[in-house]
Amino acid sequence: MTKMDIVESIFEKFGYSKKDVSEVVDAVFETIKETLERNEKIKVSGFGNFSVRQKRARRGRNPQTGEEITIEPRKVMTFKASQILKKAINS
Amino acid sequence: MTKSALVEATARKVKNFSKKDIETIVDIIFNSMTESLRSGDKVEIRGFGSFKVKERRSRKGRNPKTGETINIPFKRVPFFKAGKDLKERVDNKQNL
Repeated sequence: MTKMDIVESIFEKFGYSKKDVSEVVDAVFETIKETLERNEKIKVSGFGNFSVRQKRARRGRNPQTGEEITIEPRKVMTFKASQILKKAINS
Repeated sequence: MTKSALVEATARKVKNFSKKDIETIVDIIFNSMTESLRSGDKVEIRGFGSFKVKERRSRKGRNPKTGETINIPFKRVPFFKAGKDLKERVDNKQNL
């Protein structure tokens, strides 16, 4: 499933054009990205939580050359699925 | 930020849509993603990320309190992988 399929299922419910629907869907994901960019958590009840975690610097190794490298501190995204989503997937 | 705050913030970005309609759209987005994952199909949102379902085989486990051996049944678990744009924006170095 891609964004187009989501737009399609919204379009079937509304009188809005696909172009307008697509704009709203983009705005929703853009808002989520902006929120995470500010390191703020997003909670979508029934679906799950998106949050940002700070990772500390650590020693790593280039698996190809065996060379030791330092992995810089960085921030990564995590998604925690809600119980409802987990149950739905197993039903 | 909760779903209702997400609806509010999205409503400020788009014209011609009532808040109620945006709320319905947000619900459809997440419901259709859930449905897709339930049917075993993955979800790919360009610039945001992808969701897919991984399978966990059944295995023997142990109740750490009683030491009793138990059978942990087969299950499916949802996974999210952030897309390139989202990854880069989250890891913006000036915000460390």
